[in-house]
Amino acid sequence: MPSPFDSILYKYVYCTLSSTGDAECVGNGLFGGGLLPGGLEWLAFLLTAVIMVAAIINGVLGGVLLMIWGERRLLGRFQGRTGPNRWGPFGLLTPVADAVKTMFKEDVVPTVSDRFVFTLAPILMLFPALLIYAVIPFGAGTWMADINVALLFIIAIGGANVLAILAASLGSGNRYAMFSAMRAVAMLISYEIPLVISLIGVLMLSGSLSLVDIVDAQTIPFFIVQPLGFFVFLIASMAELNRTPFDVAEAESEIVAGYMTDYSSMKFGLFFLAEFAATIATSGVITAVFLGGWHGFDPIPSQFWFVAKMVAVLTVIVWIRASWPRLRIDQIMNFAWKALFELTLINLVVSGVLLLIWPSPSTTELWYMAGINWVVFLVSVYIFGRVLGPKHDPVRSGNFQDVTLSNSDAPALPAGGRD
Amino acid sequence: MVYGIGLAKGMSVTLKTLIGPAFTVQYPDRRVGVIGAARAYGMSTPGLIFKRPIKAIRAVLGFERVEVRPTQAARFRGNEFTWYEDRCTGCASCAKYCPLGIIKIVTLPGGTNVQEGESYAIDTFDIDTGRCMFCALCVEACPYDALHMGSSFERSNYQRMSLVLSKDDLIAQPKHPSTWFRPQMEDQDYSPFGETLDDIKKAGRHEMPSVEDLTQRWVEDRRTDVKDDSDEKAED
Repeated sequence: MPSPFDSILYKYVYCTLSSTGDAECVGNGLFGGGLLPGGLEWLAFLLTAVIMVAAIINGVLGGVLLMIWGERRLLGRFQGRTGPNRWGPFGLLTPVADAVKTMFKEDVVPTVSDRFVFTLAPILMLFPALLIYAVIPFGAGTWMADINVALLFIIAIGGANVLAILAASLGSGNRYAMFSAMRAVAMLISYEIPLVISLIGVLMLSGSLSLVDIVDAQTIPFFIVQPLGFFVFLIASMAELNRTPFDVAEAESEIVAGYMTDYSSMKFGLFFLAEFAATIATSGVITAVFLGGWHGFDPIPSQFWFVAKMVAVLTVIVWIRASWPRLRIDQIMNFAWKALFELTLINLVVSGVLLLIWPSPSTTELWYMAGINWVVFLVSVYIFGRVLGPKHDPVRSGNFQDVTLSNSDAPALPAGGRD
Repeated sequence: MVYGIGLAKGMSVTLKTLIGPAFTVQYPDRRVGVIGAARAYGMSTPGLIFKRPIKAIRAVLGFERVEVRPTQAARFRGNEFTWYEDRCTGCASCAKYCPLGIIKIVTLPGGTNVQEGESYAIDTFDIDTGRCMFCALCVEACPYDALHMGSSFERSNYQRMSLVLSKDDLIAQPKHPSTWFRPQMEDQDYSPFGETLDDIKKAGRHEMPSVEDLTQRWVEDRRTDVKDDSDEKAED
């Protein structure tokens, strides 16, 4: 049973406040410890929670600002531009200016909207993104909570943004928003399945759902042992984040801004914030589950390693956004159900068989597993490419019927003419 | 063949762009690092650090700026027009061709100018550049090369009326004609940047020849017996 004192953050803040003299508190805590009088341990506990939450959330908001800047700079460089560089050194204050502008804009609520749901949606969108940070281990001993079902918690919380998108589109009473919600809900629900199944291989290897245990189990990073699981998880989580190439829910060229069309001011700002917070959270999960978490070599602190790996994942995500065009909705659904789902099942079966052969793998046995898994990965991806490749795309192979309507097919106008 | 090569190709293209220089021209100024600042102030990098440490620190922090002029083609169409009143006959071709009707010309009889034929005295020549769309049809229409596009672009103003160029403005302003539709200027190695062109003979394609010139040319054209090297070169 993990103790809350495993977290350095908790230990220092709690021991500074509480004066019980727990065994873990001896020698820890600032100002000699025990700032609150005896008998107020419950208050120390609550205050510790509040302080930790404030620290993490403010860190996340700062990270979001940095990521907005970093993404725009990187996208600019990927496209041969310089990106924002006027306001502040290297343009670092650009997101601050954006935030101030967003806050001072007029908050428009459409008359046809359902006001309550319309207002609720951005909040619903932001909270799951922030809740994920509760379980991410940012370094050795630097986490909010080490709960034993962290992975399940992340999946359950991450699925809630479907609800937020649906609420936003229903609440705003806009047709573009409805189209966007239909696409988003279909896509997000489809991609939940490969997302979850791709994690089962990791789960079997580490034998725990706790992210801390998973990081501890990674004597070699799991993306080497579980290539299929890693790539499927990366792709599926990019779909979950509504990021390019899966951003059909907010496809500018087709449906304006999708479910965000009617939002302005800080409501739009919250959506924006939630999107970036979720992206950072997902990169944190990928780092913890597949890239070995805080493991690195020694003089450099573990927190740095974790953040560096997160930044690497974010860079790849931005790189993909700069490189690949948006998929059609039918291609996205085909990809989820005909490719990713089966690939995760193959990964599941192969990992299970390998674990039957080596029930509790040592590092050498993990390397054997990695070799076999990479062969399986390359062969299965090649086979799926052959089966689902461009030759079998209905549009490119010419096997689809183009329905051309003429004027005579149109229904008769009502007697009163158009309104 | 292997599927997924196309995706990798796309990513390699963006990666190459990432490594290469940006195409953006930063106007009106550009932030420089220590090396760029030293180059801009004509000093060596250690020289800048030791002689002007505050500037060096500012450059490291990304606060130091140097002015940048964007590169501009000689045929750039700026809408501060260049007009040579001595070439203009007041025919109002420009006003007729202007799609927006922003050129206003009022003429009086009895003009004197260098071109052949009769001309008018020009009383009013107004161009409302606030509505100009830079099509340069007026410049193409001018039979005597009196009107040229300008070369500037920083012409913002607080009042619309100040954007109307009157005859006096056109005469008074420095003449930096663009070489748009005026190839003869490019032939004479004229560049509109920093250079003014006040010589109206250089600005136009042709001028009225005198009777002596015409006679001379008529005679020379018919003298087949004398053909020296310079004539052959001219034919080439």
